[in-house]
Amino acid sequence: MTISLKVNGKPVKIECNPGDVLTDVLRNAGFVEVKKGCGTGNCGICTVLLDGVPVPSCSLIAGRADGHEITTIRGVEAEAREFADFLVAEGADQCGFCSPGFTLNVLAMKKELKSPSIDEIKHYMAGNLCRCTGYEGQLRAVVKYLEAQHE
Amino acid sequence: MNNEFKEVKHSLPKIDGIGLVTGRPAYTDDLAPRDALVVKILRSPHAFARIKSIDAQEALALPGVACILTWKDVKRIPYTRAGQGHPEPSPHDKFILDEYVRYVGDEVAIIAAEDEATAIKASNLIKVDYEVLPPVLDFEKAADNPTVIHPESEIHDMFPIGFKPQRNIAASYEMEIGDVEKELAACEVKLEKTFYTQSQAHVAFEPHVAFSYIDIHGRLNIYSSTQNPFHTRRLLGQALDMPLSNIRIAKPRIGGGFGAKQHILVEPFIALVTLKTGRPAKIVFTRKEVFESSFNRHQMRITMRVGADKEGHVKAIDMNVLSNTGAYGEHALTTFMVGGSKTLPLYNKAKAVRYGGKVVYTNKVSAGAYRGYGAIQGNFALESIMDELAHTIGKDPVAVREMNMIREGETSEVFKIMGEGSEGVDMIIESCKLDYCIRRGKELIGWDPEKLAWEVAPGVVRAKGMAIAMQGSGIPLIDMGSATLELQDGGWFKLRIGATDLGTGSDTILAQIAAEELGVPTSLINVYASDTDHTPYDVGAYASSTTYVSGNAVLRAAKNMKKVMLQAVAEKFGVPAEDVQFDGMLFSTKDGKKSITLKDFSFDTLYHEGANMKTLTATGSYSGLKSPPPYMAGFVEIELDKGTGKVSILNYVAVVDCGTPINPNLARIQVEGGVLQGIGMAMWENVKYADNGRMLTNTLLTYTIPSREDVGKITVELADSYEPSGPFGAKSVAEIGIDTPPAAIANAIRNAIGVRLTDLPFTPDKVLLALKK
Repeated sequence: MTISLKVNGKPVKIECNPGDVLTDVLRNAGFVEVKKGCGTGNCGICTVLLDGVPVPSCSLIAGRADGHEITTIRGVEAEAREFADFLVAEGADQCGFCSPGFTLNVLAMKKELKSPSIDEIKHYMAGNLCRCTGYEGQLRAVVKYLEAQHE
Repeated sequence: MNNEFKEVKHSLPKIDGIGLVTGRPAYTDDLAPRDALVVKILRSPHAFARIKSIDAQEALALPGVACILTWKDVKRIPYTRAGQGHPEPSPHDKFILDEYVRYVGDEVAIIAAEDEATAIKASNLIKVDYEVLPPVLDFEKAADNPTVIHPESEIHDMFPIGFKPQRNIAASYEMEIGDVEKELAACEVKLEKTFYTQSQAHVAFEPHVAFSYIDIHGRLNIYSSTQNPFHTRRLLGQALDMPLSNIRIAKPRIGGGFGAKQHILVEPFIALVTLKTGRPAKIVFTRKEVFESSFNRHQMRITMRVGADKEGHVKAIDMNVLSNTGAYGEHALTTFMVGGSKTLPLYNKAKAVRYGGKVVYTNKVSAGAYRGYGAIQGNFALESIMDELAHTIGKDPVAVREMNMIREGETSEVFKIMGEGSEGVDMIIESCKLDYCIRRGKELIGWDPEKLAWEVAPGVVRAKGMAIAMQGSGIPLIDMGSATLELQDGGWFKLRIGATDLGTGSDTILAQIAAEELGVPTSLINVYASDTDHTPYDVGAYASSTTYVSGNAVLRAAKNMKKVMLQAVAEKFGVPAEDVQFDGMLFSTKDGKKSITLKDFSFDTLYHEGANMKTLTATGSYSGLKSPPPYMAGFVEIELDKGTGKVSILNYVAVVDCGTPINPNLARIQVEGGVLQGIGMAMWENVKYADNGRMLTNTLLTYTIPSREDVGKITVELADSYEPSGPFGAKSVAEIGIDTPPAAIANAIRNAIGVRLTDLPFTPDKVLLALKK
């Protein structure tokens, strides 16, 4: 089957099988910035924005995205770069495999929550697992990034 | 952090950080050729079986299938998948494909097709007739079981490791210092307890992945998510009976390892496909395959006996260990030995010490290297019983540690006797700030020996516990790293290292070490790493070796590079080399009469000096005479609900002596990440099997790793310490963080409810059961 998506603002048509999940379809189409972590919707690594809303792309049948707008980390380059500076300043990028999905969700949180508390940040980001950092460095980066937005 | 250094001991951002976070193609699968054949593995549904027949005709006839390989198509060469030095201390007990399958998930056939869907379809069409054999699933019943897991005659060890496959024993070992029984008999206080540690999954988020192709010269090239490219080349050459000169292994960016990738695993499959078809091939493990068919932590049973006087002076320690290596013996002996060699020296005042036991085969997924590597298992047992000693004599657990523990300037006989698979090396501890780590940890957690548990609500108790730990810094006399520096036109340096950055930031800290020694900013060092064709040898990232072993190699390369440059400038100026100085930008004679910038000099060496033009390059290699341990004190505050049995981690304090932190932020993150993995092992993580040997925990739905909401706070501080033998005073930091949580949390639970938990992990059911006793 063929699906039509708008990925990072550009229309694309992709050939895929009816059962394919969006992560695989995007990767096969060259959007390799979308990473596959657990494949069961638990880790948040495959996060993309579907019409601006973060979703785990490994749990979305690609056909369901037909006609919709997908944003990957490469589609929010400037914003991602801004947050990336905070993340690497803490050394919390580490292996980086979870970073694109994590970053997309941080950007979504920034839009959704006004001045979130530490607990609110942890709760919003709970679906983004990381095996390297122990989360503390990521938290330091998020807090400093959000503070900088207010300045 | 203000200090005397310009580049090291500074928290520079990781050199690959921005690229990774913003999603640049960097990992193995991102770089795989688009026309690569997709390789899938048909796996055993049985825990133990013999393949009676295998028919791939129908699968082969499927359009899009490029090749299918079964055990009959592969040369029968026993090898080990353990990424270790040569000769490997792991038995050569694995065949790429075999007539026998030894666990659910073991390899039966290799399928290569044009796309994934076709490969999966083909694998479903292969007809296999199995003779199902009775499996050995309980590791306590494995030795001398009527079922022999490895009856084949070709398997062997590389040197004596106590390998007795006819008895299901992969390795065994005994050592004794002094007379343990005599000392124990004379002790006023004697304790004995048996502890169980579970198998833990690594859960690196990038799965095992590799791709292969034949290059223009007809050589096999493999890009792999590996922790040890050079070992992979050697082991693959052996498994395929191929000259090493025909193989290249390169490691791109890698999405975590934690020991899981200190093995050769997927490389033989794609190599066989590429060699047979001449086409590029790639394999990406599914998460299920990562759980069921890679490696996990050795499950252990550890029986501790400790003898002391009434004041708490430890006189004798006896550790007997049974370890489960699963179907194959990767890292069997060495993880087992580290259980003693990286725990027992903590208490070096004991007069008699014994360590022994065996490592057995079972029909479960193979155990392998995993951060902590035996030390976390041993630490749980040793630090639990040390706490029990404190309770028995009525002393502060901290005081009992302080009166027995190793200190700067001291040694332990264990260092000399126990190495990794063979004898160790004698060493005096030149840096040990364990006393500070404990003192500072007490302050940070608010340690009051009179108030280690208190009720905050009816049935809800808060409690504190602690443990200390040590690890190592590389494997002395066995593991080697090397580095090459080369001056480039424009006045910057190419740093080529065999070392393998797993996302830890080692490429960055090695650049910092080179920059510090050369006196230039780190931005003038460009790193090329982990490629067997293009970088010098290095054992790879394991055994907490990179900062110390590879770091020392980089330091030597930089010292040599400075000499080479000063000599070349001296020749240019027509003065003796000792009259030339370099300030990081400018070479000048000491009298100030002649000078040239690094940039101009770099152009001159390559373009402007006629017959004298040359590439300025220098290499350094390092293999350690010792393995200076990093140390740590871990303190935890928990809340325990007696109604539900739930234990919550409110705060975990880690104070670590890793020598000079080359990059304090990256060192701190290593500890934070290690602590959380250790907490995961203590609290939730557990690889479980059904009665027929199928793994029950083969997804992240069923295998629980900590999320950011599962732990209150992790507080990490680094002690001010300097290791004279390390690069700019550095020791290792990669593993030490993981070691203390199981014991510290067990000790806190003991303080909370008065019952000692001895079986990891501490799930609510176990706490409730303990409360009923």
